[in-house]
Amino acid sequence: MAKRMDVRKTYKLYIGGKFPRTESGRYYKWNSTKDDEVVNICLGSRKDFRDAVVAARKAFDPWQSRSAYNRGQILYRIGEILEGRRDQFLAELTLQGVPKREATREMNAAIDRLIYYAGWADKYQQLFSSVNPVAQPYFNYSTPEATGVVSIVAPEESSMLGLVTAIAPVIVGGNSCVVLASHSKPLCSISFAEVLQTSDVPPGVVNILTGQRSELLEQFASHMDVNAVSYFGDDSGEIKTVEENASLNVKRVAILPEKDLQKSGAQGPYHILKTQEIKTTWHPMGV
Amino acid sequence: MGQAKTKINFDSDWSYNPAPQATDFIKLQERYGLYINGKFKPSENGRSFHTINPATEEKLAEVSEASEKDVNRAVRSAKEAYEKVWSKISPKERGKYVYRIARLIQERAREFAVIETMDGGKPIRESRDIDIPLAAAHFFYYAGWADKLDYAFPGRKTKPLGVAGQIIPWNFPLLMAAWKIAPAIATGNTVVLKPAETTPLTALKLAEVIQEADLPPGVVNIITGAGETGAHLVNHPKVNKIAFTGSTEVGKIIQKSLAGTGKSYTLELGGKAANIIFEDAAIDQAVEGIINGIFFNQGHVCCAGSRLFVQESIADELLRKLQDRMATLIVGDPLDKNSDIGAINSKDQLEKIKFYEKIGVKEGGSIYQPDCTLPKKGFWYPPTLFTDVSQSHRVVQEEIFGPVLAIQTFRTVDEVIQKANNTPYGLSGGVWTEKGSKYFKVTKAIRAGVIWANTFNKFDPASPFGGYKESGVGREGGISGLSAYVELV
Amino acid sequence: MTVAIKSGVRTVASILDNARSVDQIGAEERVSRLFKRSIKKESKMAALQMALSMIDLTTLEGKDSPGKVKQLCYKAAHLHDKFPGLPSVAAICVYPTMVAVAKNELKGTGIRTASVATGFPSGMTSQDVKLNEVRKVVSDGADEVDMVISRGHFLKGDYQYVYDEIAAVKEACGNTELKVILETGELQTLDKVRRASDIAMEAGADFIKTSTGKVKPAATPPVVLVMLEAIRDYYYRTGRKVGMKPAGGISTAKQAIQYLVMLRETLGKSWLTPDLYRIGASSLANDVLMQIMKQSTGVYQSINYFSID
Repeated sequence: MAKRMDVRKTYKLYIGGKFPRTESGRYYKWNSTKDDEVVNICLGSRKDFRDAVVAARKAFDPWQSRSAYNRGQILYRIGEILEGRRDQFLAELTLQGVPKREATREMNAAIDRLIYYAGWADKYQQLFSSVNPVAQPYFNYSTPEATGVVSIVAPEESSMLGLVTAIAPVIVGGNSCVVLASHSKPLCSISFAEVLQTSDVPPGVVNILTGQRSELLEQFASHMDVNAVSYFGDDSGEIKTVEENASLNVKRVAILPEKDLQKSGAQGPYHILKTQEIKTTWHPMGV
Repeated sequence: MGQAKTKINFDSDWSYNPAPQATDFIKLQERYGLYINGKFKPSENGRSFHTINPATEEKLAEVSEASEKDVNRAVRSAKEAYEKVWSKISPKERGKYVYRIARLIQERAREFAVIETMDGGKPIRESRDIDIPLAAAHFFYYAGWADKLDYAFPGRKTKPLGVAGQIIPWNFPLLMAAWKIAPAIATGNTVVLKPAETTPLTALKLAEVIQEADLPPGVVNIITGAGETGAHLVNHPKVNKIAFTGSTEVGKIIQKSLAGTGKSYTLELGGKAANIIFEDAAIDQAVEGIINGIFFNQGHVCCAGSRLFVQESIADELLRKLQDRMATLIVGDPLDKNSDIGAINSKDQLEKIKFYEKIGVKEGGSIYQPDCTLPKKGFWYPPTLFTDVSQSHRVVQEEIFGPVLAIQTFRTVDEVIQKANNTPYGLSGGVWTEKGSKYFKVTKAIRAGVIWANTFNKFDPASPFGGYKESGVGREGGISGLSAYVELV
Repeated sequence: MTVAIKSGVRTVASILDNARSVDQIGAEERVSRLFKRSIKKESKMAALQMALSMIDLTTLEGKDSPGKVKQLCYKAAHLHDKFPGLPSVAAICVYPTMVAVAKNELKGTGIRTASVATGFPSGMTSQDVKLNEVRKVVSDGADEVDMVISRGHFLKGDYQYVYDEIAAVKEACGNTELKVILETGELQTLDKVRRASDIAMEAGADFIKTSTGKVKPAATPPVVLVMLEAIRDYYYRTGRKVGMKPAGGISTAKQAIQYLVMLRETLGKSWLTPDLYRIGASSLANDVLMQIMKQSTGVYQSINYFSID
């Protein structure tokens, strides 16, 4: 019997709800640890990042205007879809060199973390808001609001759980984001983009690029239309680059560890708070 | 040309054909058992009662009547499920069960809506667009809290109470079941729930969904019955917490019978809300708010805006607009998508409303009802206004629980605040004004648990609901709704 | 149809003193409730036919020519000859230079000729030019004039100017019916829509109309609701019935029926007539025709079976 030829997958970027190739036309070769199969991954460019920020900015206002309940349902849906496609992700994690048992743990944790954050969508506001008893006859209240467009440098080592850990708290709070995926473990990120696209996540709310940190880090941190930058890692040089460039427009900076993502400290409402602003409003109380 | 002498006529040659909701996909059993420990079984003494469609008086199904033995069995199952299974499951997994129930209700939404309408009489438009989506949302909301309770109460951790005995009314059967069950099980308790005797069917369907969700047996038990069944549940020594929604009269009986038992309880009782329209209100939207306030769900709403206070300077115009709006309300077959007002839930309730109508007229009130042809079979009552009434009239003081609005005028802010608070109830209130500072001031002054400014009858699982004074104690919804079901440690 | 209304007219100042506030969320909720009405079978067929009879079939393009207008006029009088007994549309609406052409083509059909005027669509021209244009279309035989209000003046707060301008145009119209276009998409808030409606009616409008169709958004449901409620209050105050015309953005039969429900439940029986309600649309007619065919045959239709002009 003749051997059946596989139809090999092309890995593209995820921008504005679509899957374009990098405008630069460049690629890098990625070798799986398992077979000799070589995959060409898009080497994302500054211009791709620029386009992604435009898409994220456009998507921001409608996304944050949706009800919290709706955002929660969408995050839950991402979990549902991811659960249904676990086998594909397990296969990719294996190709990326993750042992089977660990891959299963990682998938379970990633799905559960999505469900976890879905549950926060309409609750974190109740934790972080207040009616403030000012000493004058004013009704004074404080509420969190999404900060805007967030650029995210996702964990390098943990591709699946790392991605969910980075993205979920940002979008559940109403922000949109542009993500630089792991360079060494890029497969899951693009497959995850497919999951997002089929989960009612509006185009532009999440944008995912593959590429080099060394080339794109400065862009992610310096773009004047980005409101916050989250960096996962512990390289002091990279951290300095991020923090310096962020100062150009006073971005909110979050430097987060990329280890121990399975631990409970890696998730929580305070992670949501990192990309929220607190707005306080006064209104007189009198006839 | 001066003022129009002729009122606008809303009857036209162009009338709406009936637009009946299809019911052919609905499967109802002839008889239902009690849902205890994950299975449906008839009551141990075989007694049952039937439930009818109040719009047609047709029998829908035979439903078991839980005896004292059945109640004991249900509580035992709940207790065992709590001790052996539910208190041991990780909170994260507990949440997932509750999410499943939410999603299943969404999948079977239309079926639930039709059965709710058939069993209780409310228009399909309301059960489809309000009751069922809100019920699913309550499960979805509380599912999310299951593994986050450490954040809900600053400085304290939580512990579930054990077995919750829950008794719910007939006005929002599925929604009330959701309000009770969702926070209880999400926080780790197990439940024995008794739906109202005139509306058991959606609770029994919910039991089917709970089975489908694979919830461990005994975590939720649903036992049908009437007052006696409820009393057994309230008095059962192994129940740790009682939650009751119903009339103030019965609420007081329950509170009394719990005295000295150490059981915690929450009560959500009656109301006679003041809906206040200031002269600077957005008047057309206020009219819509008044209509929603009293005619939503045929007025069978504890937080209904049943006392209207309108500032005298706009009273005539407002009344004219109200009457014009009432002329377009369609009273009819609840399964017709165009019906605005459905059937009264039961013969008893209809008698009660008619009783108050007689009193109101006898007390000297003027009654207004638009022309509407009411169907011959079933229990029906037209939307009704009482003018020329005051705080001293019984129809203004007592809860009628029907589509009857008592209208008074007022002149100053202080006067209306005083009158709004001049009642033993304190569940809800409404304030209509376009001036921001005024509604902050007035909403602060009204002694009620839920105040709607420039709107009415709005509900959300994230928004706490409950009354002051004789309207009850405790809150449902939001973080406040968690307190009812946990002990702070 | 037109009434001299010199007495009992309110001044602009008194209109403003009694200005109505509109709560946007409340208005949207009322709309959503109205749009839940399910109109089926005979009531749907009746609504579809009624909608047809209320259409002002419109062509307002820079590239309009006598040929184009003649074709549109023929379509207006022969909507779908295959289906007997259909009403014809209420009117054709064209630019001033096409009035004579339309009037000639429509002889004997009972269909009225409406013309836009006053520097449509922007209205950014002098009052002399506007009034001359109105007089010209009236003398060319237009049955109805659709004018635009001066939005710049309105948004600046110069309500007296807006009022006076409408009154002057009304005078130039004589016995010809005047529709006043508020261009609600530029007014933006419902409060302003209400205020503009009140001013237009007090100044003599026979119809108030939402839009020119050249600005998005054109007619939207909450805007139409607010205008209908303004018409109702005005009727109760003065006894005079003013007509309503939503224009632009109504392309499906479903939308047209929804607006009829809104009309019926806000203004009742007497407004359900082309004398007091029109729909400004171009492609709506064919969608309504397709729905009528579907109602009578039970089969979904394709545009290939209906004429385009």
